[in-house]
Amino acid sequence: MNAIQALIASLVFPGLLYAVPMGWLMLGTERKLRARFQGRLGPPITQPFWDFVKLLAKWPAPRVRADIDLLAGLPLLAVGSAIGVLALLPVSAGESGFAGDLILLVGLLEIPALCLILAGYASRSIYGEVGATREAVVSIAANVPMLGALIAMATAAGSLHLSIIATQTPWMVRVPALATILLCVPVKLRINPVSLANAEQELLSGPLAEFDGRLLALWELAHALEWVALTGFVITLTVPFRSGVPMLNGLLFVLASFALVPLLTLLASATARLKLAQTTRLLWRWASASAALALLVSMVMRQGGR
Amino acid sequence: MNRPERGLFYKLVERARRRSAWLFHLNTGSCNGCDIELVSCLTPRYDVEQVGIRLEGSPRHADVLCVSGPVTRNTRAALETVYGQMPDPKAVVAIGSCPASCNVFDGSPVIEGPLDRIVPVDIYIPGCPPRPHLIIEGIAEAIELLAQGRLAVGGVR
Repeated sequence: MNAIQALIASLVFPGLLYAVPMGWLMLGTERKLRARFQGRLGPPITQPFWDFVKLLAKWPAPRVRADIDLLAGLPLLAVGSAIGVLALLPVSAGESGFAGDLILLVGLLEIPALCLILAGYASRSIYGEVGATREAVVSIAANVPMLGALIAMATAAGSLHLSIIATQTPWMVRVPALATILLCVPVKLRINPVSLANAEQELLSGPLAEFDGRLLALWELAHALEWVALTGFVITLTVPFRSGVPMLNGLLFVLASFALVPLLTLLASATARLKLAQTTRLLWRWASASAALALLVSMVMRQGGR
Repeated sequence: MNRPERGLFYKLVERARRRSAWLFHLNTGSCNGCDIELVSCLTPRYDVEQVGIRLEGSPRHADVLCVSGPVTRNTRAALETVYGQMPDPKAVVAIGSCPASCNVFDGSPVIEGPLDRIVPVDIYIPGCPPRPHLIIEGIAEAIELLAQGRLAVGGVR
């Protein structure tokens, strides 16, 4: 991957220029569809864009300098790492260097959640702290099975490159691993039934309770980019099909990641919020079980292959 | 952002404020009648989310402060805190007769209201309780003031 390719990947496609409108479109579609599922008309699909502009135009609350540095640094880091994930996804071109490296991508994917936890504690609000604690507990419970599933897929495919994992993982490993990943995706996007970290009424949006104006706008942007990055990551990891043409690959990537939005929305509007104990039980019991199954099968297949 | 010249950016912001107003609802000793009517604005029948209105949990996120109830002695400090926590520009809407005039509680020793004695109020919505239509109309009026920057300014009195 040379410098120009890297710039294009991070700034144009699948980076900033694609990801920001796509993130707003995904969030807008989610809100619109959720309203339709509830029998309402709902906001226009462009709503997240207007929310963003409005939040940018609010006057900032007076704060101490050190607080501003910390509270502005965290959402910026979250936005940056989400862009980093997108730039490194092996979508169209540049399948060399770090592009598509599983370890780097998983690490970058975790940073927005980590930033959110730190932001909750840094805001020194009791609601922020409770939200951050919940987010930390839930994200550990989701990460262990998710990493297990990824390790199983990488072991079975014999590679750490996303494209190779996507095309070469045998189905016996792929199915339980995919089940685990699908269980963990709503947790990482913090939507119902696992939205307990950012519960908007009981916790005043949890870690974001103390963020206003521009900082909140940055968080909204980070959340939108998280949607694009995570759906993109899942799609590049799981769709076992690569056409030879880069443009066609890109189109497939866009359509497939967008197709996940209605499914996630359906889940979010059909379920109520689970309690912390219920969420962790669900993840530790079922997601871990299917991850363990995937790991076991991949180990057995590896032994058999030798 | 409230500069007098009307450039492209100004128009964009004005439009965004009109299309995305987030409410914070504060009960300052209301009998719950107005609160129920406000919440019913969010239901499928009235669905104010069509115009981007959302009920927020945190005053830091909100643009419009909806106050119901005559301000009791216990809730005055909370009202002042919440008003101070909201970032500018912000509009204050008095829902029902209580925040406007203290209603039947007028003259009580535990009432510190009416609301405009404590914070500047932009819109009064009369009624005991007001109908959801009227609440929506009042909030729409407040949003218009918010977008045009014609708000009652000043801090906690």
